[in-house]
Amino acid sequence: MLGFIARRFGLLIPTFFGVTLLTFALIRMIPGDPVEVMMGERRVDPELHAAAMERLGLNKPLYLQYIDYVGALLQGDLGESLRSRTSVWKEFTSLFPATLELALAALLFATTLGVLAGVIAALRRGSLLDHGVMGLSLTGYSMPIFWWGLILIMVFSVWLGWTPVSGRIDLLYDIPPVTGFMLIDTLLSGEEGAFTDALMHLILPAIVLGTIPLAVIARMTRSAMLEVMREDYVRTARAKGLSPARVVFVHGLRNALIPVLTVLGLQVGTLLAGAVLTETIFSWPGIGKWLIEAIGARDYAVVQNGILLVACLVILVNFTVDVLYGLANPRIRHQH
Amino acid sequence: MRKNLLVRGLAAGLALSSSATFAASNLVYCSEGSPAGFDPGQYTTGTDFDANSETVFNRLVQFERGGTRALPALATEWEVSDDGLTYTFKLRPGVKFHTTDYFEPTREFNADDVLFTFQRMLDKNHPFRKAYPSEFPYFTDMGMDENIAKIEKLDDLTVRFTLNHVDAAFIQNLAMNFAAIHAAEYANQLLEAGNPEQINQKPIGTGPFVFSRYQKDAQIRFKGNDEYWAPEEVKIDNLIFAITTDASVRAQKLRANECQITLNPRPADIETLKADPNIEVPSQPGFNLGYIAYNVTHPPLDKVQVRRALDMAVDKKAIIDAVYQGAGQLAVNGMPPTQWSYDESIEAVPYDPEKARQLLREAGVEEGTEITLWAMPVQRPYNPNAKLMAQMIQADWAKVGVNARIVSYEWGEYIKRGHAGEHDAMLIGWTGDNGDPDNWLGTLYGCDAVGGNNWSYWCDEAYDKLIKQATKITDQAERTELYKQAQQRLKDQMPISPIAHSTVYQPMRTSVEGFQISPFGRNSFYGVTNER
Amino acid sequence: MDITQSFPAAEPVVHYPSPTREFAASFMRNKGAVGGLLFMLLLVCCAAFAPWLAPHDPLEQFRDHLLTPPMWQEAGSARFPLGTDELGRDMLSRLIFGAQLSLLIGLASVVFSLIPGILLGLIAGFSPTRAGPFIMRLMDIMLALPSLLLAVAIVAILGPGLINTIFAIAIVSLPSYVRLTRASVMTELNRDYVTASRLAGAGTLRLMFVCVLPNCMAPLIVQATLSFSSAILDAAALGFLGLGVRPPTPEWGTMLASARDYIQSAWWVVALPGLAILLSVLAINLLGDGLRDALDPKLKNAA
Repeated sequence: MLGFIARRFGLLIPTFFGVTLLTFALIRMIPGDPVEVMMGERRVDPELHAAAMERLGLNKPLYLQYIDYVGALLQGDLGESLRSRTSVWKEFTSLFPATLELALAALLFATTLGVLAGVIAALRRGSLLDHGVMGLSLTGYSMPIFWWGLILIMVFSVWLGWTPVSGRIDLLYDIPPVTGFMLIDTLLSGEEGAFTDALMHLILPAIVLGTIPLAVIARMTRSAMLEVMREDYVRTARAKGLSPARVVFVHGLRNALIPVLTVLGLQVGTLLAGAVLTETIFSWPGIGKWLIEAIGARDYAVVQNGILLVACLVILVNFTVDVLYGLANPRIRHQH
Repeated sequence: MRKNLLVRGLAAGLALSSSATFAASNLVYCSEGSPAGFDPGQYTTGTDFDANSETVFNRLVQFERGGTRALPALATEWEVSDDGLTYTFKLRPGVKFHTTDYFEPTREFNADDVLFTFQRMLDKNHPFRKAYPSEFPYFTDMGMDENIAKIEKLDDLTVRFTLNHVDAAFIQNLAMNFAAIHAAEYANQLLEAGNPEQINQKPIGTGPFVFSRYQKDAQIRFKGNDEYWAPEEVKIDNLIFAITTDASVRAQKLRANECQITLNPRPADIETLKADPNIEVPSQPGFNLGYIAYNVTHPPLDKVQVRRALDMAVDKKAIIDAVYQGAGQLAVNGMPPTQWSYDESIEAVPYDPEKARQLLREAGVEEGTEITLWAMPVQRPYNPNAKLMAQMIQADWAKVGVNARIVSYEWGEYIKRGHAGEHDAMLIGWTGDNGDPDNWLGTLYGCDAVGGNNWSYWCDEAYDKLIKQATKITDQAERTELYKQAQQRLKDQMPISPIAHSTVYQPMRTSVEGFQISPFGRNSFYGVTNER
Repeated sequence: MDITQSFPAAEPVVHYPSPTREFAASFMRNKGAVGGLLFMLLLVCCAAFAPWLAPHDPLEQFRDHLLTPPMWQEAGSARFPLGTDELGRDMLSRLIFGAQLSLLIGLASVVFSLIPGILLGLIAGFSPTRAGPFIMRLMDIMLALPSLLLAVAIVAILGPGLINTIFAIAIVSLPSYVRLTRASVMTELNRDYVTASRLAGAGTLRLMFVCVLPNCMAPLIVQATLSFSSAILDAAALGFLGLGVRPPTPEWGTMLASARDYIQSAWWVVALPGLAILLSVLAINLLGDGLRDALDPKLKNAA
């Protein structure tokens, strides 16, 4: 088993360097440079342009720039944003908790409802309820999420006034960022009502981001449940006269959840990436929006290292899922 | 149920919270984006200046609120020598720099601070600039790096600037945001501590608001400066910028009272906002111009006749109705009517597709000739929706037998390729910097600007002579005469088709009092109150 | 989707139906899939006969009728059944012509990623020691980048436009085809029939395309349908971020993006293109589900 893990891990190293090379090349292939973009409609003084490019180290030959970049990376230096001149790591750590909080909330929403919907559909298989639930989940799966977000804001925030429009909290609450997770920070700050307010801000974006995972989980749970419920041990449990609820939840769902968890792990990567659109619509200060804007501003350091950090996260999550899947493989289980 | 939760939350906060936030006078401003930093000299955009120069800092002179006139600020008065080359400023006594948890001033504002501010921008070998290399693009762009010969401290409260040549707009330039006065003492402290980059992250100035905290893409918090030299202008205890990139979301937040004032609404939202009894939407004619630049080096656009025909073929009235939703003013000249020296005698070219078609045929332009029409991918103050505008112009030109292919690049690339002159016709525009006519007629259409802001690549000897001459005189009447001639020439040669001056709207809650719309598009909150 | 469960009961019958008929029968019993198919047919008809079906030219600007509401609303008129957009263009006509674009984008990006994807997958599968690992690492790298960001960067490099949008989407969806093909190839290569062909002297190319590939097609077809629908969504997302096709081309995502400004004042310009996207993606997904169940019941649990 350890050998398996080591081998899989060894494969990650070339992937890591491949990602650095790819992002380095991609951002430099986009025409226009950071100094020009910053000047907008304004004239770019050639002398000033040259001075800025020199300060940023962008006048060196490309291969030297790449060597510098990887050299700095290996020393743990992620460089500083060309635009704001603050360290990329600092910007990442100030924005990432927002994305993570949103992604976790979305995942929580998707898993709770998705598993519930899947179990119900599986138990009432072929009924109108099953078709209804599955139809809905396929609709969720087909949703253009930016449109979905706009519609939800329109209905719940503008027409009904139930939820706030955007942001993470009413800014009249002065919440110092301790952990970066607004729900925790509001509790720590002890300001009355702040937690509720933060929660209200989280609801719509979490629903929007969670819609597609919800659909995937519901479908997965249903088919896994159907499979498991046909297994001999469930039949035996039933024959022994155990209560239906016990059969479903203890024997059925517990085993059905293994493939569901795998899918869940894979969704984490998708979620982090999919946050781009959700963050744009809800003015959510996360990394998706940060990266899109950095591409526009040709902020080379942010694009390279920001994408690298996200890629590492995705790689690590997939790696963990891979390993766990290996561990949870039925064949391994059955040997015991 | 409506808003119940939110209201309950707020009420609870009012009743129980020990934090001063709810009891004090607050103003939340929905701003457009994250500022890149807090050192005004390094940046060029309004988003940056609203967050740094207008709040934390003062300039020697400042534009009057809501106008283009430069008034005394950190300088109380100044004298200009007869040859127009030396400016002597008397500085305001008793001005205090901000006291924060990262800096405590030991002295008041004096000539050393002015010297530090300008020397740093002028001198590449300035110790602070050595330690923290930076460029000052706006300073360079306005030609000040070349024109300022020296700056001297005559005494603690007197400073003298000596110029290389006469610059009629010098005082106006000093009022611009990049010329914000830094604290020399703070800079030295940073230099000694070895972290000069803090000047861009934790600003210290003399301005009406004290920097407190910034969270990228989320918020910037300021506190009212209770030691401000004009105490009557600071009426807000907490000023909060809620960073909200999307214009529609800003409008919705304003309606939900999540912020009390915002900027740049989409034209389509203005009616809805006006209909809300708690919101007012004051407006002002914009100090901007959206136009089509014809690349005169690309045939058939090298012929004046063709440019005139294309101009005539565009139904500008319809564009103002659809793209600006009526929130714009038909543009006639190369600068807005609120700019002094604007030539009222020039008349708009009437919409006349028949005549345009005829002119084109005479010029030998065949039916179905293809040209490219570039459309910006972003919303700008002078053009709320360039892609929409391009589609209308395309339809108009199709009627006179010119097929325009709409081209759009991502903004950075658009600029790059535009500078290189790859376009035939291109949508672009400008917002005034300092209220001087040269900032339009010279900056945008002069020979020196070819390859820069002169997107038409148009270099006309007669025109260039007029505008060059006008910058060397300080007498306004004489300058006006020259600029009027220049405008005639511009209209005659038509390197651009002026489309519209977009009206600036500033939606705010009715609780906000005292806000003045700046012609330069700045958002300043001194002198503003919010009775919540 | 679940009807196929009853199939094992038919095992004792000696006479097997032909695979095509079996497939058709299984597919037709799935009501959702049939619904999806019908909607798709409707969409294809719209796209094919757009010039005859559309009441107006989708590019014609009726400048006296900006933002006319749909006909059932008070201010609407029968001349513009679904209203007009911000330039007075007929919404119905634009939606009908938009079907052309969306189908084209979906189809073209599937073709452009399916063919290289299969080729790379075959090579990776047939050469597990040399080219294979290299190709697979490359795919890992692409999968590690958030797909939308990758697409945005590609469009920024190539410049916005229809063809470039298609390329960006095709490149982004390449890895899933490569992985899928390689996985199927690896399974098939261990089968007896492959060994038999090899012993009979079949060359590598023949083995690849004639023996192995046809047996890997079922999952690929399913994947193609699914990525057809996600291509439409991705194109819409790119359009929404302002990087879509060139105006005035009536593409649904671009229509939605430019209509966003009017969400408070004119709901139809926002709601209708979104609805069109949702319905066609839903139809394709229903179709994909049906295909999967009918082609290969084993795959049912794979998604």
